Order: sequence, then C-alpha cells, then structure tokens
Amino acid sequence: MSTSRKSGKSPAGKSTAPSAQLFPERELRRIIDTVLRLAKTTGADETEVHVDETADSLTRFANNAIHQNVAEHGLNVSIRTVVDHRTARATTNRIDEDSLRAAIEASLSLAHSQPKDPHLLPLPGKQRYRRVNRFLKDTAALTPEERARAVRRACDIAIQNGQVAAGIFASGLQQSALGNSRGLFAAYRETHAEFSITMQENPAASWAKANAASVRAFDPQQLARRASEKAHLAVDARELPPGRYTVVLEPAAVLDLVGFLFYDFAATALEDKRSCLNDRMGKPLFGKNISITDDAHHPLQLGAPFDGEGIPRQQVALVDCGVPKNLVYSRSSAKSAHKKPTGHGFALPNEYGEAPMNLVFAGGDSSLEKMAASTDRGLLVTRLWYIREVDPYEKVMTGMTRDGLFLIEKGKVTSAVRNFRFNQSILEMLRNVEQLGPAVRATGEEAFEMVVPAMKVRDFHFSEVTKF
Amino acid sequence: MWDLCTNALDTARLRGATYADVRMMHLRQRDLTTKNGQVGTLAQSESIGIGIRALAHGAWGFASTDRLTREGVSACAGEAVSIAKASSLAKRGDVEMVPEDAYVDSWQSPFRKDPFELPLENQLALLLAADAEMRRIKGVTLTEAGLQFRKIDSWFASSIGSRIHQRKLITGCGIAATSFQGGEIQKRSYPNSFGGQHALGGYELVESLDLLKHAPRVGEEAAALHSAAQCLEKTGTLILGGSQLGLQIHESVGHPIELDRVLGQEANFAGTSFLTLDQLNKLRYGSDIVNVVADARLEHGAGLGSFAYDDEGVPAQCTDIIKDGQFRGYLSNRETAHLIGLKRSSGTMRTESWNRLPIIRMTNISLNPGTWDFDDLIADTDDAILMETNRSWSIDDRRYQFQFSTEMGWEIKGGKKTRMLKNPSYSGITTEFWNSCDAICSRDHWTLWGTPNCGKGQPMQTMGTGHGAAPSRFRNVKIGSAFSNQ
Repeated sequence: MSTSRKSGKSPAGKSTAPSAQLFPERELRRIIDTVLRLAKTTGADETEVHVDETADSLTRFANNAIHQNVAEHGLNVSIRTVVDHRTARATTNRIDEDSLRAAIEASLSLAHSQPKDPHLLPLPGKQRYRRVNRFLKDTAALTPEERARAVRRACDIAIQNGQVAAGIFASGLQQSALGNSRGLFAAYRETHAEFSITMQENPAASWAKANAASVRAFDPQQLARRASEKAHLAVDARELPPGRYTVVLEPAAVLDLVGFLFYDFAATALEDKRSCLNDRMGKPLFGKNISITDDAHHPLQLGAPFDGEGIPRQQVALVDCGVPKNLVYSRSSAKSAHKKPTGHGFALPNEYGEAPMNLVFAGGDSSLEKMAASTDRGLLVTRLWYIREVDPYEKVMTGMTRDGLFLIEKGKVTSAVRNFRFNQSILEMLRNVEQLGPAVRATGEEAFEMVVPAMKVRDFHFSEVTKF
Repeated sequence: MWDLCTNALDTARLRGATYADVRMMHLRQRDLTTKNGQVGTLAQSESIGIGIRALAHGAWGFASTDRLTREGVSACAGEAVSIAKASSLAKRGDVEMVPEDAYVDSWQSPFRKDPFELPLENQLALLLAADAEMRRIKGVTLTEAGLQFRKIDSWFASSIGSRIHQRKLITGCGIAATSFQGGEIQKRSYPNSFGGQHALGGYELVESLDLLKHAPRVGEEAAALHSAAQCLEKTGTLILGGSQLGLQIHESVGHPIELDRVLGQEANFAGTSFLTLDQLNKLRYGSDIVNVVADARLEHGAGLGSFAYDDEGVPAQCTDIIKDGQFRGYLSNRETAHLIGLKRSSGTMRTESWNRLPIIRMTNISLNPGTWDFDDLIADTDDAILMETNRSWSIDDRRYQFQFSTEMGWEIKGGKKTRMLKNPSYSGITTEFWNSCDAICSRDHWTLWGTPNCGKGQPMQTMGTGHGAAPSRFRNVKIGSAFSNQ
C-alpha cells in the first residue's frame, strides 16, 4: 500500500512538491471493511476500527539558521474486538491482510485474558455528524522551500535588529476514520499550520506563536516583529520582590494555566474523586464573568467532531456565569450517571473515560492596552512555562514566567522584570478576573490549543524570583 | 532490513547527500492497567518504519516513512535530500561532524523473562490483586496499577559503513492509591510516582518489586496523609529519597548539560541553559562529594539510558559531568563535540522512534554513591525533613530555579524519624542546592531510577532516561513555599 507521493526534483531555490498526500477517504473505508471482514472469521463478537493517517513537516531554526528540517508520513490501524463481555485493542501500522489479521488476533488474545465486564456496552450503531471543513489546500500544499523562505525572512528581522531567532514553522495534514461492525462510519480530515518564534537579545528573550487550520491565518514576519520588539523591551530586567500582583495575562499565559482544568470536567474524574469539582458542582466557584463551553464545531477549533467510539461531539455548557453546571460523558459514564453521552469518550478500553477537548471561554471587550491602562501597578505576562499541579483539589499550579515579563505602572509598561515562580490556585484566579479580552485561538506549550481570552487578574501569587 | 537501509543510503548519495544515516525501527508495546478493581487499559501496538537523515549543501534534512518497499524507501531518501537542500536556503555555515569509526555489530539488552511470552492472565491477576490490597484500606478512594512492556529493534546504517542492530526490552510497573477526604486529595505510589519504576529488563523486574507486598502500605499512607501535619515553610535541612533525587538530577543536571540546549538550539521550546561554554571546568557545580556521570554503558546498570551505540552510531561511553564538585562535561553529538574542543561525540544522540530525528538526550545521568548508611544518616541529623516520591516538578527555562513537591514527608528530630508530614515541597537555585549537599548514602542504597517520560524536541519526542541516586542530605534549603500563601 502506498501514498501518492511526488518527490521534488528541483534544486534548492525552486519549489518542490509538499512532503506527502493522504489516502482518499474510500481507501480508509476499504481498510476498515477489510478488518471487519477478517474479524468475522476469527471469533470476535463485535469489532471497531480506527484508521489515523498523518503527513507532517516541521522546519526548525535556531541561531538565525535552519538546523532541523523533518517530514513524516504514517498510518495506524487500531482494532478493538469484543468477545463475551471482554474487550481489548491492538494497533499496527502495517496494512497488508496478514498484518491486519495478526492485529485482530492480538486484540482477541488480550481480550480473552481478562475477567468478564458485565458493564461493557455493545458498540454503537450509525450516527449522524455535522460537517466541518478544516482542510485547506494551500496549507496542504506548503513546501519545504516555502517554509525555508519564511524562516529566512524571520531570521533577517532578527539579524537586522541584532538579535538571535529560534523557532519552528510546521504544517501538516491528518485524517481519521472510524468504523464498526454495527455499521457506524465516521471520517474527518484537517490541515494545520504553526509558526513559533523566540527572539533573543542577550540576556533577554521574547516569543510569539500562532496555530491554525490555514497557514494564511497568520503572518510569520508579523510574529517575528512582535517577538523582536518585546525582546528589545525585555533587555534591562529589574528584580522585584515576590508577592501578590495584579497581572495582565496574554492569551497564551491564560491557556497554559486553564488548560489544566479540562480533565476535571470528566464525569469519570468525579466518579474517581480526583476532580477539583467534587462537591462543587452547581455552586458558585468562579467569578460571574467566567463561562466555559466545550464546542468542537467552534470556527476557531480543530479536531474531529466525533469521539473515540464515534459518538458525535455535542456542545456542552460546562460553566455558566461562574457556576460549574455540566460534565462531559462517554457512553459508559453516561449510563452510570443516567445521562446522555456527550461525545467526549476516549477510545476504549481506557481508565480515564472522557474529557472536553475543545474548550471555549467566553471573552470580553478589553484589549491588552485597555487592561494595562486601567492598572495602577501590575505585571504583563507574555507566557508561562513548566506548569505542574501542586494541589489537585484546590488546583494550585506552579510554574515560571518566561520570555517577557513587564512592570505596569500608572497604566503604562515601564520596565522589564526578572522572571517569577508562581504558586497559584486556578480556582482562585478565575474568581479574581477583573477584565477579559476577546476570546481567540490561543497556543502555548503546556495545553492543547483552546479558545481563551487575555485576562486581567488581581492578587496573582508569585512565590520566588529566578536569576534572569 | 539491511537491503532497504543500503537502498536508502545509495539513493541519498545519488541525490547529492555528502553523509546519510538511516534507522529502521520496529517498536512493540503492551500496556495493562487496572483501576478500582477493573481492567483499565488492555492494549498492544506495533510500529515499523524508517527514518533517513541526509546532509546536503551543508545542511540537514530528515524524512521518514512506513512504506517499506524499495520504491517507498527511495522516495523517502530523495525527500530527505530535498529537505536538506531547502534547509540550505537558511543556513549560516556548513554542518561539520567530528570523525567516528564504522561499526558492524549486534547487541541485545539483558533480560531473564520476556513478558511478551508470559501468560497475560498472570500479569493481569497480579495487578488486580495489588489493586484489591490497596482498596481494602479504609479511606482509599481510587486505586491504580499498571504494567508496561516495550521491545524495540533498531537497524542503524550510515554512509561511513556502520551496520548496527540493537534490541532493547523495557519493563515498567507501579501502583498508586488516592484518597479524597475533607476537601483534600492525597496520593501514594510505589515504587515511584507517574507509572512506577522502568528499566531495561524483563518480567523479573516486576517480580523483584513485589507490588503485592507494598500495596497495603501504599493504601495506608495515602489515607493517613489526611491527618498528618502540614509541612511548614522554613529554611532548613532536607533529606531526599532516591527516586526524588533522581528527578532532581534529571532536571537540574541532566537537562542543563545538553549541548544543543547550551548552543541555543532549543531556545524556542525546551529552553537554554545557565551552563554557558565559559563555565566548563570552571564552575563549582556542587560540593566536593558531588560526582555525576553520564554513563550509557551496561556496566553502569540496565537503565533507560543504557545502550551499546547511540542513534548516530557512536559507542556508549561514560563522561564525567561533575567531578569532586567541579563542572566537567556536556552531552554532545558528532555535530557539536568540536565546539567544546572534543575530538569525538560523547554518544548521546537518541530517537524515540523511526519517525523522529535523533537529538541530544540524557543517557543515565547518575550521582555516584557516597559512604553513608541510611540509618546512620538519619541518626546524624538533628532537625530535617525527609521527602519521598515526587508529586510535582518545575524548573525555569535556563535551569536555575526549581521547585519540587513530594507525596510524603517525615520530620527528623534528634536523629529519629518522628511524624509524617503532608504536602512537603522545596525549592532553590541549582548550584546553591548542589553545593549544600553534605552527605550521600552508599551503593547499598543506590538505585538506577527510570524516567520514562522526558519530553524534548519539536516535533516532541518522549525518551526514557536513567538516574542513579541514593538518599542524600542538603543544608539550608527553602522548604514549604509551594503551599505558602503570602
């Protein structure tokens, strides 16, 4: 089995073809049908098949030059069999019939090894899905030369400004198809593009990043200029004492913190008593200006509109005006809780159940400038780094500021500040939000991309300061 | 396998590569978990493919494919060269590599019992029994147990003539009990948190750790932590258990010595390092008793960082990192070694899979054992906190300032363990911390801990690293600030 691949023949400086193309959907359906046919002859009561294919490219630069430049193509077939109230999964990236049969047999062997699960549900039947269009031809067609030229232009900005650039320019295609022996079939494909840049002006650095389905959704040079300007502003950082400060968090900083909340909204997490929402559902927990939904169909979101069992993802209002109202459910957790599944289940078998993967925070109308202008004394935070959970119930997180921390005095940014460590409860933080920016597709390094606003937050707790 | 590797190298050369290497890899993995007496994950996977790295026009390109036909591999090799030529559009000099010999060899990591050949029923039965033992304890609200097995075959070939086959068998296991009570979640794990202990080896590792024996204690400690005293904020003496010290080494020694990070190649993602090149052989990293090595050789132990050759075809080595407290060495590869005056790579290029480019990674970064017996160390300590089993970890992007918290602490008073403490944490500046070390336990207490989840690189790669450590004592450490609320 092979992809339709065009190899570039041109010398450097001329465009070659993109690194890979995906199979047509009918080929994924054929693989699924093959597995279902083979599984019938091996004794499986029911069978579910996932086919995931990716073709990704990433150009990485540092010290104002490309130093790594990679492309990959891969396809995985993941098979879950059910036999006598037992289930297990086996995955392979080989798609000849012998290999698929071996994977089916491995799945059955694993399934047979365990006790019966009386709660195991039969596979779901056919579903209806809302269409989403997130496959952009211009992004799919991006070549290594186009990425290299964009990187060179970004590095030129660094060189002109006496700085050093590092970052990535990535693009890719992926598709998923899911089918089962009860006739369910779901398919989805998307493109994605990402540009991230760190500009270093010794001893400071700053950063900008964008991620979208379309490479046309952002301008790498504009991101480079923004990071360059902030790096220059960050050069003479002064040390401030740790303590509680009003902070203006850019969207990336908000994302990487609130991203740690997503699993707390899983019904299974509450059942396991490891969610910070245990004993807190239906009660005011955040400020009234905090509302959160999960919405896979939001125009700024990416990802398949169905879950690991093929159930369509529903829009779920998780938090309404500061009150946690709803959870997300897989088919199994929904049955236990006498609810309807919301289409958020992970592929079975697993111990985590489900999670909302497309969080959308309600935004406001305050720009970063407006937030700063209304701040008598506070800190502007570009991004956060190495965030880890210190207290799972109070949701205290620790981490560092990084790549641009600035002092705001009497409504204006007056100087750069040495980076702080924070130990901050997310629950408390979301009670202390004074202003919200428009919700945007934010991208950081700790959480997956979500739609969140910039936030002005009072009494943010910084506990220690580092050396730079 | 070798025919396809040769085919890839030939194509790369014909397309204009001045150097190329290929890694064909076959990865097999089995995961078994239980939760609250039920089977959780029960899955197995395999993946096979080839990754081709080519140097052309003085720049690197890398492409990978799972199309293991002559045509598929040739196309992939051609793509790697095309990408290299595209890279040269934004280069600032030609890549230079230090010389290395060609090797033809085959190697297999040692094991006694292949878990892939043992009955699954017995493996699941062990997890369910350990799970049941923890659930017997009043107050335990969540129990988890897991086994993970990986078998990795790699065939490395390079245009200088190397042909190296390596097979690794990796085993991991662990249990954990969580207790939710009174608005507080407490957790205990064994033998380590976040999945337990992982090492090169077979099912004998699982048997040696005796999960069943430790399960009741794990459950009891999780429940007891609710009534333990809060670890107070102060500056004082800290004793770290071996597994927590392993992670301390990982974060505050292992990462800062990665030469790609030092040279700015990770500046956008994983960060840089305070260990700038001018610090080599000058910086007092730790106290006189601190000796750290990067040792990938099997004689160091069967750790997650052990191998015969790295993924650039360089033999496993032992490098002094900190010698008698002085900073002595970095982790390097063939491209960076000459920048610190080395004539040879230290052999630390590693890749997660066939579809990832090898990058500089930790091997086994270990603190050499000292002389103390653990009981003597406790008896010698008047006032301290003993912290065990990591709960959270964080360090800044230049690896100066860190904060760790652990699952459990013990107050040491007058040379004795007195009472249990909950929510312990400590923080500090890397070199100040290592210079405050005044006692390291002996080899009898030394374990080569496995960290299976080290993330680095873009696209992200997860790598297993090893960290030998024995319980050690540190003076004047800031304790408890994670839970302070100034």
